[in-house]
Amino acid sequence: MLGILRQKVGGATGLSSQGLGNHMLRLRPVTSALRNYSSATKEMTVRDALNSALDEEMAADPNVFVMGEEVGEYQGAYKITKGLLDKYGPERVVDTPITEAGFAGIGVGAAYHGLRPVIEFMTFNFSMQAIDHIINSAAKSNYMSAGKINVPIVFRGPNGPAAGVGAQHSQCYGGWYGSVPGLKVLVPYSSEDARGLLKSAIRDPDPVVFLENELLYGESFPVSAEVLDSSFCLPIGKAKIEREGKDVTITAFSKMVGYALKAAEILEKEGINAEVINLRSIRPLDRATINASVRKTNRLVTVEEGFPQHGIGAEICASVVEDSFGYLDAPVERIAGADVPTPYAANLERMAFPQIEDIVRAAKRVCYRSAPISATAS
Amino acid sequence: MGLARAIQPLPLPPLADSRPKPTATASSLFLGSTRTLRPSNTFARTHTRTRSISSAQRRSAVAANVSDVKLKPATNLLLTKEEALEVYEDMILGRVFEDMCAQMYYRGKMFGFVHLYNGQEAVSSGFIKLLKKEDSVVSTYRDHVHALSKGVPARAVMSELFGKTTGCCRGQGGSMHMFSSEYNVLGGFAFIGEGIPVATGAAFTSKYKREVLKEADCDHVTLAFFGDGTANNGQFFECLNMAALWKLPIIFVVENNLWAIGMSHLRATSDPEIWKKGPAFGMPGVHVDGMDVLKVREVAQEAIGRARRGEGPTLVECETYRFRGHSLADPDELRDPGDEKARYAARDPITQFKKHLIESKLANEAELKAIEKKIEEVVEEAVEFADASPAPSRSQLLENVFADPRGFGIGPDGRYRCEDPKFTEGTAQV
Repeated sequence: MLGILRQKVGGATGLSSQGLGNHMLRLRPVTSALRNYSSATKEMTVRDALNSALDEEMAADPNVFVMGEEVGEYQGAYKITKGLLDKYGPERVVDTPITEAGFAGIGVGAAYHGLRPVIEFMTFNFSMQAIDHIINSAAKSNYMSAGKINVPIVFRGPNGPAAGVGAQHSQCYGGWYGSVPGLKVLVPYSSEDARGLLKSAIRDPDPVVFLENELLYGESFPVSAEVLDSSFCLPIGKAKIEREGKDVTITAFSKMVGYALKAAEILEKEGINAEVINLRSIRPLDRATINASVRKTNRLVTVEEGFPQHGIGAEICASVVEDSFGYLDAPVERIAGADVPTPYAANLERMAFPQIEDIVRAAKRVCYRSAPISATAS
Repeated sequence: MGLARAIQPLPLPPLADSRPKPTATASSLFLGSTRTLRPSNTFARTHTRTRSISSAQRRSAVAANVSDVKLKPATNLLLTKEEALEVYEDMILGRVFEDMCAQMYYRGKMFGFVHLYNGQEAVSSGFIKLLKKEDSVVSTYRDHVHALSKGVPARAVMSELFGKTTGCCRGQGGSMHMFSSEYNVLGGFAFIGEGIPVATGAAFTSKYKREVLKEADCDHVTLAFFGDGTANNGQFFECLNMAALWKLPIIFVVENNLWAIGMSHLRATSDPEIWKKGPAFGMPGVHVDGMDVLKVREVAQEAIGRARRGEGPTLVECETYRFRGHSLADPDELRDPGDEKARYAARDPITQFKKHLIESKLANEAELKAIEKKIEEVVEEAVEFADASPAPSRSQLLENVFADPRGFGIGPDGRYRCEDPKFTEGTAQV
């Protein structure tokens, strides 16, 4: 929960006065020391974090079940459900035929009656075949029934660009689901996020769209004893300040948090002190944390892999323009995926998605540093 | 009402015709049709449960449902020598090409998900080699070989897989998305069931051209290929209904390789006999040994003929097997109940067909060797071509998103904005 503590402090600082920014600076070495310290304690992959969260919630509540393609005997297409079939049996780890529309709707029907389904999409791309149930059945039932029928369901699976799989298998749904009333949309980055947010999602009384990232599954992150505790949950709708800084705010989610942190390291060498916000939740969006940070740094770069138009960056930008316009010292920079379907060819694909250099360049631009324009296409 | 009555439960028929039948009897509408494969025990159990519909009953259902259809007796089922060698060459091309893909994937020349077709060649070659260039093929993510059978040059497919500009989709589509307007390969659909409505739309177009646009000679046929997993998906049923309702010139070709990734067909479906869904929607449903290219071709000939004559759609279930995992990333640990892989490997469609060609004196060993050698050279050349081809230029990134890109990615001077020096300032700015 360190992240949340720090974030509260950061929020208060930013909103009260610029002077306290220096105080935040002094905290930074402490932060990095903590990071080193915790890595010495225990590491956990995002995959294991998700797996253990599912396992614990299934053990704690017999109403929780997992349903989807290849979740059982195959142990999950990405092995997130590994071992669960043996432990909980085929009645609670349900292998389905390839019928997203069918099993997503079945999940909603089960949730109507108090079960807590965790519906796995092999990738979120396939959720398009079930989007009717996610939006029309799951998201709107509580409203349409005047609050009498809530839908405690989780739709989870890998989201966002993968590598080399072309246009249909490689895109971010954050913006899509982020615009739907009645849905909560979570975007874990680290193992701590994955565990804490998935457990909260399963316990939440409302439909949660839980967007994981295939390329993060195998990554290890340090986890504290608190994170490993079976009661560990993260609040839905709270961002985490992953790295404190005073010169520019970089917002990111999922895999892009890692890119933003790497960009911040590069920027630091050049004397720019970037603050990196891990959104964790796209809906509700933690406007308070974002705005507090922007009021402190006066500069904002948003990063996402989704398409630029009507995306997460656009929403964050609107929020900052609405709440903190007077604090901005530079136009907001939005970094997003290119406005094209994902190309297959490796060099085009790389160009279509934000790279660390793009974040560095944008951050320098908002700080009025000159950025040499690269002429190479990777 | 006639339809409903025909499908009413009938008295249980004798079980006699669950045994193998000679293919060329008058009792079978589709001469290659068989219904007695699937040697696994699990299937035997299910089969016992479901054999309440005999082929006689099936025929009556079909006859009732398509009562205005006059099925011509299929004639001249034998292959000419040229046809036989063409089919053999196509099967070899499919196999050698896919083996090469595996090598190139492991060498890092292609990326992402690469789904290989090994083992299923009899279906692609058995069907597609009967088509005209104007006929359409709609495929899935396992689409390389369908594209090759339809005539897309091996070098164009290989180059696409390498992500090069000389690929059939200029490197933009990739392994799962082969398109060729020239050869009427209408994709490469990566989601289950997606291709079926699109294929049905292609068939709809043929009918529309004939009936509305008065292009009397438009007899184009569409083949929709998909797997057993898709046969549980709603889009399949929706399109069976519309295709039968409107008598569209389409053949639904199920490549039942018994496994959807690691999900056994028998575990995923309430009635494993997919062909039965045809009669349920008022079209013939046929089961055929998909490891036997001759039988596939016989059935295909009849089904394509029906479609071309305007007699409506057909559902063909080809029982086949993939010799490799779902994709090259699949550890493939679940598929092998009862030595399943060995049993199907023993029925390799290429080995079987080769044996047939030699035994029936349609070709001799030397002729077949020459074909194999030729194909190896074709595939080698395809790799060299792909390797030597240029990667897409960066200006290509914004191309082809729209047929009319005005307002998108194009500046007021008509130039793509990626030619703008600000292009690299952030991907949002392209």
